[in-house]
Amino acid sequence: MPSISRDEVAHLAKLARLAVTEDELDLFAGQLDVILQSVASVGDIATADIPPTSHAVPLTNVFREDVVRPSLGQQQALSGAPEAEDGRFRVPRILGEEA
Amino acid sequence: MTNDLIHATAAELAAKIHSGEVSSVEVTQAHLDRIAETDGKVHAFLHVDTEGALAQARRVDEAVKAGEQVSPLAGVPLALKDVMTTEGVPTTVGSKILEGWIPPYDATVTRKLKEAGVVILGKTNMDEFAMGSSTENSAYGPTHNPWDLERIPGGSGGGSSAALAALQAPLAIGTDTGGSIRQPGAVTGTVGVKPTYGGVSRYGLVAFSSSLDQAGPCARTVLDAALLHEVIAGYDHMDSTSINAPVPPVVAAAREGLSGDLSGLRIGVVTQFSGEGYQQGVARSFEAAVSQLKELGAEIADVSCPSFDYALPAYYLIAPSECSSNLARFDAMRYGLRVGDDGTRSTEEVMSLTREAGFGPEVKRRIMIGTYALSSGYYDAYYGSAQKVRTLITQDFAKAFENFDVLISPTTPTTAFKIGERANDPMAMYKADLCTIPANLAGTPAMSVPSGLSDEDGMPVGLQIMAPALQDHRMYRVAAAYEAARGAFGGPSL
Repeated sequence: MPSISRDEVAHLAKLARLAVTEDELDLFAGQLDVILQSVASVGDIATADIPPTSHAVPLTNVFREDVVRPSLGQQQALSGAPEAEDGRFRVPRILGEEA
Repeated sequence: MTNDLIHATAAELAAKIHSGEVSSVEVTQAHLDRIAETDGKVHAFLHVDTEGALAQARRVDEAVKAGEQVSPLAGVPLALKDVMTTEGVPTTVGSKILEGWIPPYDATVTRKLKEAGVVILGKTNMDEFAMGSSTENSAYGPTHNPWDLERIPGGSGGGSSAALAALQAPLAIGTDTGGSIRQPGAVTGTVGVKPTYGGVSRYGLVAFSSSLDQAGPCARTVLDAALLHEVIAGYDHMDSTSINAPVPPVVAAAREGLSGDLSGLRIGVVTQFSGEGYQQGVARSFEAAVSQLKELGAEIADVSCPSFDYALPAYYLIAPSECSSNLARFDAMRYGLRVGDDGTRSTEEVMSLTREAGFGPEVKRRIMIGTYALSSGYYDAYYGSAQKVRTLITQDFAKAFENFDVLISPTTPTTAFKIGERANDPMAMYKADLCTIPANLAGTPAMSVPSGLSDEDGMPVGLQIMAPALQDHRMYRVAAAYEAARGAFGGPSL
């Protein structure tokens, strides 16, 4: 299996929305390489004819009647928000400068 | 008196409280005092809810006085892993990203405990997001093993198990994704049970790896674990993976096991879990347990499950993959920490700064491993292959259970290691879960029951018992019979 470079770790961190530091990039590049090389052994026995299992319990969609049940109210749902305004979650800007 | 109360089993305490011999307030206060006295050394708790606990104890005492029928564990104190949401009581999951968060709702497990009159003493320490085998990954500092304060109490549920061993609570709740109930149970000399996947609702359990996460009971005796199992188990429409089937009769099985007769029961010893890497004292304790089970009438033979050798690598692909998706919800927008929102930064920048500041190193490592394993070009080789290994493991279990009623192995390859010993070596840390992971991948029930102390270091050793799905009662019967034959093995001095 290919070893993982520092640049690849930086890319993974970006995908995972983690603003990692330069020091962390060095640390994680080494550790991720060891871990990935070790877990790559799953490929030794995973032949094409074996069906994958995503879940121990065979899942089928669960249907129920569409009836109103008690749930969190607006105040409760907003109670842990870092910032709220007019009964809504307040977030930093989500579009570019000109928007 | 206080000394008697903290040494008593949950079953004994319940009998005393329900007969009026002692009040739940007295029992609760005795445990709160014990926590105050010992938790400076052990650090099992992240939050102690003194007022909430005493209020619940008073309610039970009033019900008993009024002659009302109360549930079997009403009035008995319990330590709740900080992964379960508790309305109005902080829930951190051992992470800075949820520091100060007060959940607006109860997990189903929390609700069931409250409805059963169980007294929740507080929230116990854990590896951040239940990722770890030592509780060293908690953002709030490690928990210490009451048997030797320089050693780890296991993880991720080290706080719950340490609380039991330190006599701070007779009951605790854990969650087990790869061994987080059983491994801490083994290294602290306590009982820990991972029920059949779907047997206990995951609603309000802060998710790590949803296809593996399973809550379960922890206690100092098999019967106490069974009593708690029946309180928390059962179908829940709030969890789409909850099994809609009757709860296995675990209390009856534990009582039956106490008769000490296992005649005709077929027990398979998993050959993959022995040999190199297994501490001598653990191997000897396991052999002694096998001899005792034979004396109880069980028929014992070896069984080979070759795919189990690949369970650890499969797990360290599947669990990180699921966690990289699950932990995306920590986005600094709806709850928890928000860092760097100075009015100039975008949502994406604030999200990245918050996750960087809020997650510890192990959580970041796993998120990145999962992100890698799920990315295009690597998916088939990593996540896809791991899912195939999962199929093979399930098949190996099925084959083994054609010939055996239960399977056994040591719960862990070694006794508790020293704090700091494996902290910088993720792969060495991961090996603590070598024997416990297959049952998570297959969704089958498994438990750890103490098999005494290792003769080389005097630390507790666990015997793992595994059963087919929904046959949780089988392992309780075996564990109770074994526990009675094994006898007492002392306790830590604090």
